[in-house]
Parts: sequence; structure tokens; C-alpha cells
Amino acid sequence: MSHPAKASEFLKDPDKAKWHDETLWFVRDKRDNSSKGIPEWEKLRGTASQIKDNVLANLDKYLLAFEEKAKANHIHVHWAKDAEEHNQIVLSILQKHKCKAIVKSKSILTEECHLNPFLEKHGVDVVDTDLGERIVQLLHQPPSHIVLPAIHLKKGEISDLFHEKLQTQKGNEDPEYLTHAARTHLREKFLAAKVAITGVNFAVAETGEFVVCTNEGNADMGVHLADVHIACMGIEKIIPRRKDLGVFLRLLARSATGQPITNYNSHFRSPSPGKELHVVLVDNGRTKQLAREKFKNSLKCIRCGACMNTCPIYRRSGGYSYGSVVPGPIGSILSPGLDIKKHSTLPFASTLCGSCSDVCPVKINIHEQLYEWRQEIAKNQGLNVKKLSMQIANGVFSVPFAYQMSGALLRGALKILPSSITYSGLNTWGKQRELPEVPQATFKNWYKKNKA
Amino acid sequence: MSSKASIIASIKEIPLEATELPEIPRFEFSGNLTDNFSIAISNNKGAVISQTQLDNFITSNGITEIIALSAGFDAYNSRTLPSNPHELDNLQLAIIQGQLGVAENGAIWLTDENMGLRALPFITEHLVIVLPKNSLVPFMHEAYEIIGDQQSGFGLFVAGPSKTADIEQSLVIGAHGAKSLQVILI
Ligand code: SF4
Repeated sequence: MSHPAKASEFLKDPDKAKWHDETLWFVRDKRDNSSKGIPEWEKLRGTASQIKDNVLANLDKYLLAFEEKAKANHIHVHWAKDAEEHNQIVLSILQKHKCKAIVKSKSILTEECHLNPFLEKHGVDVVDTDLGERIVQLLHQPPSHIVLPAIHLKKGEISDLFHEKLQTQKGNEDPEYLTHAARTHLREKFLAAKVAITGVNFAVAETGEFVVCTNEGNADMGVHLADVHIACMGIEKIIPRRKDLGVFLRLLARSATGQPITNYNSHFRSPSPGKELHVVLVDNGRTKQLAREKFKNSLKCIRCGACMNTCPIYRRSGGYSYGSVVPGPIGSILSPGLDIKKHSTLPFASTLCGSCSDVCPVKINIHEQLYEWRQEIAKNQGLNVKKLSMQIANGVFSVPFAYQMSGALLRGALKILPSSITYSGLNTWGKQRELPEVPQATFKNWYKKNKA
Repeated sequence: MSSKASIIASIKEIPLEATELPEIPRFEFSGNLTDNFSIAISNNKGAVISQTQLDNFITSNGITEIIALSAGFDAYNSRTLPSNPHELDNLQLAIIQGQLGVAENGAIWLTDENMGLRALPFITEHLVIVLPKNSLVPFMHEAYEIIGDQQSGFGLFVAGPSKTADIEQSLVIGAHGAKSLQVILI
């Protein structure tokens, strides 16, 4: 299903869609306040961006340096060229330890590799321990946002779910009550797991250590109680020096939620006595993306989610409409690199307003890459993207915002337009770069129309 | 070819322009280290307290299971550090020594040496960190400068209690780890 088709699914519940939109806008707002609170913000962004440029230009050297240091510190380092090899490596470690139940903290990479279904097929019980991830896991859903996995759900839905799965009181929707029920449920899992899996936020070439950031403390609860810790990371997570962490930790949480830092920032350098520590370095398409001159900068991403929170399309269409593990603007430039056919509509799920690039803490030119992908995709399908987009902009969708079309119009349009060109055109908002917001009135009109 | 060799080879094949690794800029700090640190901690839903407040906290919450690793706080100890972290499950309070604190965000640096067991600051129901006032620095940059290439198997910047907002963005304290973080500045 294309992005617009899935987006219209999401918009079938207009109240919830509106809540989603407003809530993410609120998170964006917190990010703005937090970043404006420190005068050096732009300098930090510039430095972070340069560090990441340097990483991409020297990735082989930094990876080898990281491996050497990590090994010297008794970390087992594994290399996986793709998702399948990554999953096999994890499984073989579990089998060696005869482990049938694991806890896992947030790792977008393991989602990308579809590790959970793979392990479950091999008889391993996987428990995601981040609260949002546990919620979506119990619903057999993937996360809909990389930082806020359950942002598409209302507390009533979570209350019903917990009543069924964790025997909480029926109808009790109090977030504190529900969170503490999950705490008790997950505490048991933490105490029972022999192996814990985490993602990695940053891995330092200079020291061979890696850093995991959480607010819940779930990554640490898992690994410090388990005998074996497996950390899975994309090869682009490397940074050169320990002191670079100072720059990235100042940017990450402020960009993600507006906090000045995540509450737990754990630096793993060697295992506790008698325990095992593994790192799996995963390529899975990253070297291919690095070779694409126009798109390689997408690998600078530190997964803060700011580009999603600010994106007018993401906020109004929901994470699932993208059909890719990483949704939103950054997902729309990463996913076509993995499968251009499957993700051909994603670069069009944008108004090209540039707000994503403006908030990105590592200054990825996201909206320009979206534009570039449109050219690639049009070329791929033998179309002139500009002409078509202009036609769309002047015709059926002569409104500044792609979703201001009724469901009927959308369906009609899908019949007459190539599936990849379902959004209004290039630069409809022009170079209006000061973090524009869609006028509320037009949005309401749209809802009214859509409801009818 | 091993996966390692093939990943490295495919990176080497890509013509990548050399770029410079920037130096970390120095930023000016205006403000009072202790004040800013205390504000940051309370914004993170922690609190800076006095030792008398700690005593009251212990009494009013009926806390009996305590491990105190911070020098000068031995009298609070009601049990010794076990060798198996699972035995910490019913621990109510851990009092540990912090190495340095960051004024801009309230982050406190701890390593293996301070924690005894890595699980301790997470699994305990309440966490108290004792931190010398003269260890406060303005930004993360100064913190990493001091940390330098300090060798420790595990290091932690902790800035507040365990928290989540995964249910409708409502902030809830005590997701998995410590339900409170209190700091005693000495
Ligand atoms: S692209 Fe930038 S803004 Fe988006 S998630 Fe990545 S780092 Fe954050």
C-alpha cells in the first residue's frame, strides 16, 4: 500500500489523528524551547555535523580502531553484512548459552532486522522492555515513532490492553497506575533473563566503548542483571573521540523531547567480571547508502525523532503510513535506498517545507534529499517529476498541503495519477524556512470534508 | 571473504572526500554552578537535599533496606553489598558517591568504583548521590575533559529518576529503575 492510502486509514479516526498531530507539535515545541535555552545551539549543531562528516569519510578506519580497542577490553566484536547474518549471530550466542528468554531495550536496528519474529521462530521469548515498545509488542504492532513507540495509542486502548494482559483494573486509565503495573510485570522479566539485548546510541573509536541512552533505565536493568549483554549497532553509529559525546549528548535529548539530557547515559567499556559482552556491527545497506553521493548524509542521523515531530505530514498521517521501520522525513530518505520500488511514494510524503532540515541536530539536508529521491524515482519510472508535480499542484491538489484532499478526491486521484505522484508539488511552501505551521483553519476544513 | 573484510572493502571502494575533525569549541558559562545544577536536577524530577532531609526521608518512608557506599555515610548501612545483583531486588535505598556533576543538565558521573555492582543505581527503589560541590562543572565538555581516558568498565551519567511518558505523553516517575534521585552536595 502506498503512503497516501495508509495515511487515509490513519485519518479515519479524526479525533485521534488530531490528538496525534497536536501532541507531536507539543513535543516539537519543547524541543524549540530547550534549544533556544542554550545560545551555543547552532555551534553545537555545526560541530556535530562536522564530526559526522568526518566519521563518514573515515568509517573504515574508525570501525577497525573501535574493534581493536573493544577486543582489548574483552568485548566480543561481530560483523554482519545484512539482517540475516545479524540475526544468526544473535541466535548463535543465545544457543551457546541455552537461553530461551531474553529482554531487549529499544533498538531500531533490531526492528530493521526483524529480529523478534526470527528469534520467536527459533523458540526464544523476546520481551521488549521500553514501556512504549512493550505496549506495541503486546498488540503485535511495530513502533510508530522511533522515540515515542506508542504515540499512536490513547490511554483507553492501553488500559484495555493491560486489563487483558496484565490483569489491571478494567477502565483504569491512569498513566501512573498503568506504568507501575508494567513496572511490576517487567521487573519479573528482568530478574529472569540470562541475556539482554540493547541498541547503541554512540560507539567511540578511540576507547572501544559504546553508549546507550534511556530515560526509563530499562537497558541497564536488563544488562546488569543478565549474564550476557549483546549490543547491536549500525556501522554509522561510530564517533571518533570520547569528548565528542559531550556534543552529541547535549543535542540528542534536547532534540528528541526537550530534556537537557536523558536520565541514564551508560558507557559500556568492558564486561563485569564473569560476564560476557558482545557487539554486533551491522551493514545492511549502509555501505550502499554511503556510496550514494547525494544520499550518504542520511547516515549522520542520531535518531532523535525531531524531524518526525515537526513534519506536518508525519503528524497528520501517523508512523504506520510510511510502511518502513524508520518513518517520517528521515525514513523517507533511508528507506528508498533499501527498496526503491516498495518505498517509491515516501519521498512524496513531504511538503518540502524544510522544517525537518531546520530542526535536525546533525544538519542533514533532509528535504533536499527528498527532492533528489523524487528525481531518482521519476527517472526510474520514466516520468518528468517536475511537470507532473506542477500539474498536481495546479490541478486536483491546488492547496498548500498535501492532505487537504478529501478521501474521495484521493481515491479518484489514485486512479488517474501514477502511484508515486500523489502529493502536491515541489516547494509548494516555497522557501518559507522559519519552521512553518499549517494554518489550523484549513486543517479543520479538511477534517470536516473527510468526515463527510 | 569474511563479512568484516567485505564491509571494510566496500567502504574503501567509495571515493570519500577527506574532511577535518573539528575541535570541540569552548562555551562561556554565566551563572552559578551550584544554583544551575540544583535547578537542572529539579527540572529532571530529582532534588538536591540536605542530610537532615535524608534522615527525614528515611524515617517517613519507613526505609530499612539500605546500602551506603559513600564515605562518611557508613552508619546508614543496613546490609552489605551482595555478590549477586538479583539480591538487590528488595533494596530500598542506595547512597553512593558521585565523581562530578554538570551544572547545565544535572548529570552526575559514576563509574564501577562508585557503584559496587552496576545494577545498584538502577534496581534500588530510591537513589541518593553524595557529590562534592567543588566537582561541579558548567557543561558536558568540561566533564569529558576531566573524565579524559579514565579507565572503567562501566560509566554512567545519571541525571534524574527513572521516568517515562510513553502513555499519552503523561510523565510518570519510576518506570523501571529508581523512583527518586536525591543529591546531597557536600
Ligand atoms: S534525521 Fe536528524 S532530526 Fe531526523 S531523526 Fe535523524 S538526527 Fe533526528
